Amino acid sequence: MSGDNHAGAAELVTGAQAVIKSLEALGVEVVFGYPGGAIMPAYDPLIDADLQHVLVRHEQGAVHMAEGYAHATGRVGVCIVTSGPAATNLVTGLADAHMDSIPVLAITGQVARSAIGSDAFQEADVTGITMPITKHNELVQSPERIAGAIKEAYHVAQSGRPGPVLVDIPKDVLNATFAWAWPERVDLPGYRPTVRGHGKMIREALQLIAASERPVIYAGGGLVRAGAGEELFAFATRLGLPVVTTLMARGIFPDTHELAVGMPGMHGHYSGVIALQEADLLVTLGARFDDRVTGDLDSFAPHAKVVHVDVDPAEIGKNRAVDVPIVGDVKVVLGQLLKVLDDKDDTAFAPAIDAWREHVRDLKRDHPLRVDQPDTGVLKPQTAIRAVYETWGDEAVYVAGVGQHQMWSAQVIPYTRGRQWINSGGLGTMGFAVPAAIGAKVGVGRDTPVVAIDGDGCFQMTFQELATAVQHDIPVIFCVVNNGYLGMVRQWQHLFYDDRLSQVALPQDCPDLMKIADAYGIPGFRVMTVDELDTTLAKAREITDQPVLVEFRVDPDEMVFPMVPGGASNDDIIESADEWRARLARAGR
Amino acid sequence: MDRHTLSVLVENKPGVLTRIAGMFARRNYNIHSLAVGPTDDARVSRLTLVVGAEAVQLEQIVKQLNKLVHVLKIVELEADESVVREMQLVKVAAEGAHRSQIIELADVFRAKIVDVDHDSITIEAAGDPSKLEAMVNLLEPYGIREMVRSGTIALARGSKSITDGSKVRMQRVV
Ligand SMILES: Cc1ncc(C[n+]2csc(CCOP(=O)(O)OP(=O)(O)O)c2C)c(N)n1
Repeated sequence: MSGDNHAGAAELVTGAQAVIKSLEALGVEVVFGYPGGAIMPAYDPLIDADLQHVLVRHEQGAVHMAEGYAHATGRVGVCIVTSGPAATNLVTGLADAHMDSIPVLAITGQVARSAIGSDAFQEADVTGITMPITKHNELVQSPERIAGAIKEAYHVAQSGRPGPVLVDIPKDVLNATFAWAWPERVDLPGYRPTVRGHGKMIREALQLIAASERPVIYAGGGLVRAGAGEELFAFATRLGLPVVTTLMARGIFPDTHELAVGMPGMHGHYSGVIALQEADLLVTLGARFDDRVTGDLDSFAPHAKVVHVDVDPAEIGKNRAVDVPIVGDVKVVLGQLLKVLDDKDDTAFAPAIDAWREHVRDLKRDHPLRVDQPDTGVLKPQTAIRAVYETWGDEAVYVAGVGQHQMWSAQVIPYTRGRQWINSGGLGTMGFAVPAAIGAKVGVGRDTPVVAIDGDGCFQMTFQELATAVQHDIPVIFCVVNNGYLGMVRQWQHLFYDDRLSQVALPQDCPDLMKIADAYGIPGFRVMTVDELDTTLAKAREITDQPVLVEFRVDPDEMVFPMVPGGASNDDIIESADEWRARLARAGR
Repeated sequence: MDRHTLSVLVENKPGVLTRIAGMFARRNYNIHSLAVGPTDDARVSRLTLVVGAEAVQLEQIVKQLNKLVHVLKIVELEADESVVREMQLVKVAAEGAHRSQIIELADVFRAKIVDVDHDSITIEAAGDPSKLEAMVNLLEPYGIREMVRSGTIALARGSKSITDGSKVRMQRVV
C-alpha cells in the first residue's frame, strides 16, 4: 500500500514508480501533463496508477490547468512534463502562480545525470531558469531522494504563502531501481512559516480599529488562499467595517452585503477607490499594496494608519509603512481577533462610525458603474457579461482572461464567495482563461458550472485546449467577448497615444469562432445584437454535458471605466468616457 | 548607502549560493562582498554578505533572504561589536633598495612575506578592511603587480554564538 513504510523486506521500485507512489501517497487525484523523452519512464506506471491524467495540448495549458484547479479548490495543482522545451513551456504559468500565490507542484523530466551540463538533447537548466519564479525548486540527485523531494515540494507549495514548487528529475534517476520508503516527516529546518499572530499586535490592531473614524478593510487574495471567508464575514459584520475586495479577492466578502464597497484599483469601483483614499485606517488582510491598487504610492490613502496582516513577513512594510504589523495565516489571525471580541461584549472594539458607513453607502449609490447600452442593437460587452452572469448565476465559477473583458467581469458580476472568481492578477497572463477554467472544472466537479469569460486575443493564445476539454469530457462554458481588438491596449493607445492605433486590430471574423466550435465538435453560439442575447444564452444554458462556445460580437469602442491612469493618484480617478472627454476639452485638446 | 554585514547560516545544499545571488540580482540589491565557507556542522555553511542598503531596504533584504527555504538564520553584525576580517595577497615590484622598505612596511602591518622573486615580493595580510586599504595605499608607489582580496568574514565579539537560543539546530519540523 502506498504511504506505508513497514519494516521487513523493502519493496523495490523504479524512480518512476516512486514518483507515482509519492503523488498517490499525497492524495493527488489528478495531474495535468504531456509526455516526452525524459519523463517517459513516469508515464508507464501512470497507466496503472490511482491517478487521473489530463492530456493537454501545450505544456502552458498544463500549468494553467493546475493553477485553475488550485484556485478553485485550494488544493495543490499538479502538472508533469518532460525536459527542455516542455519545461520551458511551464515558465509563464509558474511565474503566474508565483505572483498570485497559487499552490502548484510541477514535475519535470531532466536528461540523465551523466549528461547534465553537456548540452544534451532537450537539456535546459530548468531549476536555474525557474529559480526566481518558483517558491522553491530542486534537481533530484538520486532515486532515494524522489519521495522526500516531492513530499517537501507539496508541503512548501501549500503552506505559508502558497506558491509553485518545481521538482526536476533526471531520466536515469527515474529508471533506477531502489528500495521504496515514504518519509514520515518533512525535513526543512529553514522553512517554518509563522501561523499565529502576535497577541500584543492583535490587541493593538483592535485598539486602532476602536479609535478609528473612517476604517476600511482592504481585503486581498491572501484571504482566498487561506479560505478565510467566514472569518472575514464575522469580523467585518461584528465591527461594522466597510470592506473593499481587490481583483484577487472578489467575492471573499459578498458584493451583495451592505458593507461591501466594491473593488479598489486602476479599474476599481469609484466607491472602492475613494473609500481607501478617505480612510483613516486600512485593515489590510492578505493584500500587498500592489501598484495597480495604490496608483501613485505617495498619494495613496494619505490619511490612513495601517494594520497589515500577512503570512509573508516580506510583504509587510515593503510598499507602505505599517503601524501594526501582524505576521500570520490570515484565517488564524482573524480567529484570534474574533476570540478577543468573543471575550468582550460585542461593542467593545466596534468604532462609532455610522456617519462614515453612510458616507460610503452614498459613494456607492451616487457613483454606480455606468453602462450606456443603446437601443440600436449594438451589444455592449458589459451587457453581455452581465447576461452571462444572469444565465449561469451565482452558483457558477467565473474565470477570466486578461484585458478589458477581465476588468468588466470583475466589475459587473456580484461575487458572493471566495474561489468564485478566478483570474490572473499579478502577472496578467493572456491565455490564462481557457486552461484555467478547464482545471477549475476538474476541481469543482459536474454540479458547478464553470464559465470562462475570455477576450478574442486571449482566446487565440490557448484555445487549442478545447481539444483537452472535449477528449476528457470537461464541460466548460467558454465565452469569448469578441471586440476585434486587443481591447485593453487599444484603450491605452486611444487615451494616451492620441488614438494612434498600433498593431491592435484582430479581424473579428478570423478565425470564425463558430467553425472553431465545429472543428472541435462542440456546440457554438454567436450573439450579434442585444436582442439575441437572452434567447441564445438560454439555448447555451441547456447544454451541460459537453463544452460550449459562446461568442459575443460587441462594440469595439467600449472602454473600461472607472480608470486611474498608470502612475496617477487615485484621487484622479476618471469615472467615465464622458468625464475623460470633458477633461481633454478643459485641457484644450 | 550604508554598508551592513550580514551573517547567514544556510543548509549546505547544491545551488544555495545561486539562489542567494539570484535573489539579490532579481531584486536589484547591492552586494559589496560575499564569502562562504563551512561551519562546525557539515550540513551548514556560513555566508558573510556585505550589502549596501538603507534601513527599509535592509529589512527587505533580510526578509527576502529568510524566504529562501535553505536559509536557516540571519544576523546583522554591527561594526563595533564584531571582529571583521578580510585577507589579501599583494604582489609588489621590489627592486634594489625598495626591498627592505617594503619588508619593513609589511612588518608594520603584521603582514607576512609569502613569496619572493628577484624583482617582486608577495605579501599576505589579514585584518580589518580599512587596515588592508591603508597598507595598499602605502605599497602603491612601489608598483603593485597584482592583488587579490577575499570577501569579508566576521564574528560577533564576546561569547555569544549565532546559533544561541535559535532554531538553527537541524531539527525536524513537521
Ligand atoms: C501574454 C501577454 N501578452 C501581452 C499582454 C498585454 N496585453 C494586456 S491586455 C491585452 C489585450 C487583450 O486583448 P483581448 O484578449 O482581445 O481582450 P480585450 O482587452 O479586448 O477584452 C494585451 C495585448 C499580456 N497581458 N499578456
